Amino acid sequence: MAADQDKAPRGGSFLLEDVNPAQVFTPEDFTPEQKVIAETTRRFVDEEVLPNGEQLEHQDWDLTVKLLRRAGELGLLAADVPEAYGGLGLDKVSSSLITEALTRGGSFALSVGAHVGIGTLPIVYFGNADQRARYLPALASGEKFAAYALTEPGSGSDALGAKATARLSPDGRHYILNGTKQFITNAAFADVFIVYAKIDGEHFSAFIVDRSSPGLTTGPEERKMGIKASSTRQLILQDVHVPVENLLGDPGRGHVIAFNILNIGRHKLAVGCVGGMKAAIEASVRYAKQRRQFQRAIAEFPLIQQKLADMNIRTFVTESMAYRTTGDMDRELAALGGSFDGPSAARAIAEYALECSADKVYASEALDFVVDEGVQIHGGVGYIQEYPIERMYRDSRINRIFEGTNEINRLLIPDMLLRKAMRGELGLFPAAEALQRELLSGGHLAADGGDPADPLAAERQLLAQAKKVFLFVGASAVQKYMQALEGEQETLAALADIVIEIYALDSALLRAAKAVWRGESAGAGDSARNQVEMVRVYAREAMERIDARARQILAGMEEGDALRTQLAVLRRLTRFEPVNSKALKRAIAARVIAAEKYVS
Amino acid sequence: MNILVFVKQTFDTEETVVVQGGRVSEDNVRFVLNPYDEYAVEQAVQVKEEFGGEVTVVAVGQERMEQALRTALAMGADKAALVEDDGSLDEYGVAKVLAAFARRGTYDLLFAGQATVDGASAQTGPRVAEELGVPVVAAILRFTLEGDRAVVERDMEGYSERLSVPLPALFTAQQGLNEPRYPTLPNVMKAKKKPLERLTLEDLGLARERLLGRTATVECFVAPKTRQRRMLQGSPEAQAQALADELRRFVLPD
Repeated sequence: MAADQDKAPRGGSFLLEDVNPAQVFTPEDFTPEQKVIAETTRRFVDEEVLPNGEQLEHQDWDLTVKLLRRAGELGLLAADVPEAYGGLGLDKVSSSLITEALTRGGSFALSVGAHVGIGTLPIVYFGNADQRARYLPALASGEKFAAYALTEPGSGSDALGAKATARLSPDGRHYILNGTKQFITNAAFADVFIVYAKIDGEHFSAFIVDRSSPGLTTGPEERKMGIKASSTRQLILQDVHVPVENLLGDPGRGHVIAFNILNIGRHKLAVGCVGGMKAAIEASVRYAKQRRQFQRAIAEFPLIQQKLADMNIRTFVTESMAYRTTGDMDRELAALGGSFDGPSAARAIAEYALECSADKVYASEALDFVVDEGVQIHGGVGYIQEYPIERMYRDSRINRIFEGTNEINRLLIPDMLLRKAMRGELGLFPAAEALQRELLSGGHLAADGGDPADPLAAERQLLAQAKKVFLFVGASAVQKYMQALEGEQETLAALADIVIEIYALDSALLRAAKAVWRGESAGAGDSARNQVEMVRVYAREAMERIDARARQILAGMEEGDALRTQLAVLRRLTRFEPVNSKALKRAIAARVIAAEKYVS
Repeated sequence: MNILVFVKQTFDTEETVVVQGGRVSEDNVRFVLNPYDEYAVEQAVQVKEEFGGEVTVVAVGQERMEQALRTALAMGADKAALVEDDGSLDEYGVAKVLAAFARRGTYDLLFAGQATVDGASAQTGPRVAEELGVPVVAAILRFTLEGDRAVVERDMEGYSERLSVPLPALFTAQQGLNEPRYPTLPNVMKAKKKPLERLTLEDLGLARERLLGRTATVECFVAPKTRQRRMLQGSPEAQAQALADELRRFVLPD
């Protein structure tokens, strides 16, 4: 089994294969060092960031910079930078734990995140030795801060439509950059900008640009809905001379850098959302226990309990997905043998681009759900700024927009799957054909109960059926639309939803199964029971959503008898017996209320 | 200076205590290095930094204690030991184990937190000193070394005491003794390479049945809230009457 555990599964393979729980990384697998790292971050947030929360929201950039430097002293900015360049070269689980712990401190986390993530990582992964040596030590220590400038007023999702230009100076020593970049996080104080521009208006490329360069200015601070503790401005480039040595990667290959960095950014965003969800649950359950109506705490009312249970379940599922992906990335990176170059590391991470997109979409929508219910539990005061849930609600919304809108990410998911299938990396087509034969044979498709000793037998069956639903409607859509599928955005997004639901359920179920297995061997079990109960509720709710999406896809393609035939097949796949989710959610909520926080 | 620090991993003080099945549930609880032990570790590391020497940290208990030991190592301790047990020994047994560990080496200085935030008996440090036959000063707020003696201060009711103590001696640390440093990430990574010895009771020549406590937990329950608030209802007269009745009951219980 040890060898199995070291081998990371291929990206997207969760759609086809049954994964052994032992192969899945879960938060129960954190090492003592990883926990100490999380603890240090948490302490920094509790003792130094949260007490300054109000001042940070009022955009005191001197304070932001001071706290960023302090984070640098503690090593919190060095996790993803290799040791050879003054960093710590930590695994992705450790750096994810830092990201998660920081989000408890509000949008100061974004200042850190933009610096260590999209700001620094392009140099880590795509810088040459000289660029890495010149920039990374100061970025890792917090002496200098970085920002990332991709978006423009005229190009958001269509990143490659950038208008910023670069032309070589007559003496060949500089690129001269012109253009305007939009929504640049950390623009107020960043020392280094990763700027995308087209050489000669054609070749999309990335440059490292120093703030001190003449001609570089920033616009006024944007007045945002939320994440007010982070700086967001335009970056204006007027004949900025950038030394040719600061061209990042090859000319005309900027898109490779941009897309790889987005993968990582999406993953970090998902992990950050987990921290936000936990903070929202804490604030909400504490309020629900203290607020009394009709002579009792509102936490005693089942409808409030139902909300707390739903919030806890979504957080559990998100956490399971995000750390599963993290663990897979770490194993893929470890397989490179430690001393890898940047581009191969980026490729290793890109293996899980699909999972990163799924995590991003799911996490950002789960966070929106959790903060929304959080406000609802707070009632009227949830709408008042004195309560942190109000800020959390506003801060959450941006997550569905940046790092690729959720719509773009949804369109990417089926696209990535089809590419993998075409390249033969993922056996989607053979699996779809096998399913077709199974369906035609009229075989037994309904749940067979599974192993009676397995507390998750019915849920495993549901998950297996869900995977068949995806293959069935996915194959139908490919057959129906062929090359025209690209234009069928509604169908693509609905297919993406099914894929995301499957990855979410798969991850939650495997984590609970691992907890059961571990509980059996360790004699513990309360935590396993909580996880099993959450999965029992969640699996059925997910199946209902999957069924609805599948029906929507089929009804958009066929009509009359053809549609009825397909719906009949679908019904055979999506039948399940309900559980008493009312009772289960009350039990889950009771644990949240007792602990006054998220419970896994 | 050869310094030994006794530590324990305890609940994060932010955690809510949940009693389940007659015991405090450890599910979903965040554990930290006992806050008073942080002062002890910090003091030991400061002495080492000033006078040289080696700092060893030791804990008795479950596997999870490793995280507390790693924290202490990241704060600057040089080596650690975990004496593995199920965590059910009381102060009597724990002190015997820690003393047995201490006897394996020669230490000039011994530190512990003045109490743990879970058991809160404040007994373990003094008991170990008694086992070892060394002087003990509990709950110190200042520590300096003067030659072969330690000069320490502690707060009494309304006044302070300064004591000069010959070494070896054991001191338990009170909140305010120093400002414990964060385990920074580079130090966490360095701590990974520091030795962490795992021992059993047998390794220390101890028989578990002779360590069992002289106390037994009879019952475990969440302390009832002592403050109760009741809103009086009705007309002002009725409320005044109800208040007077309540006060009378309070002054003259039946």
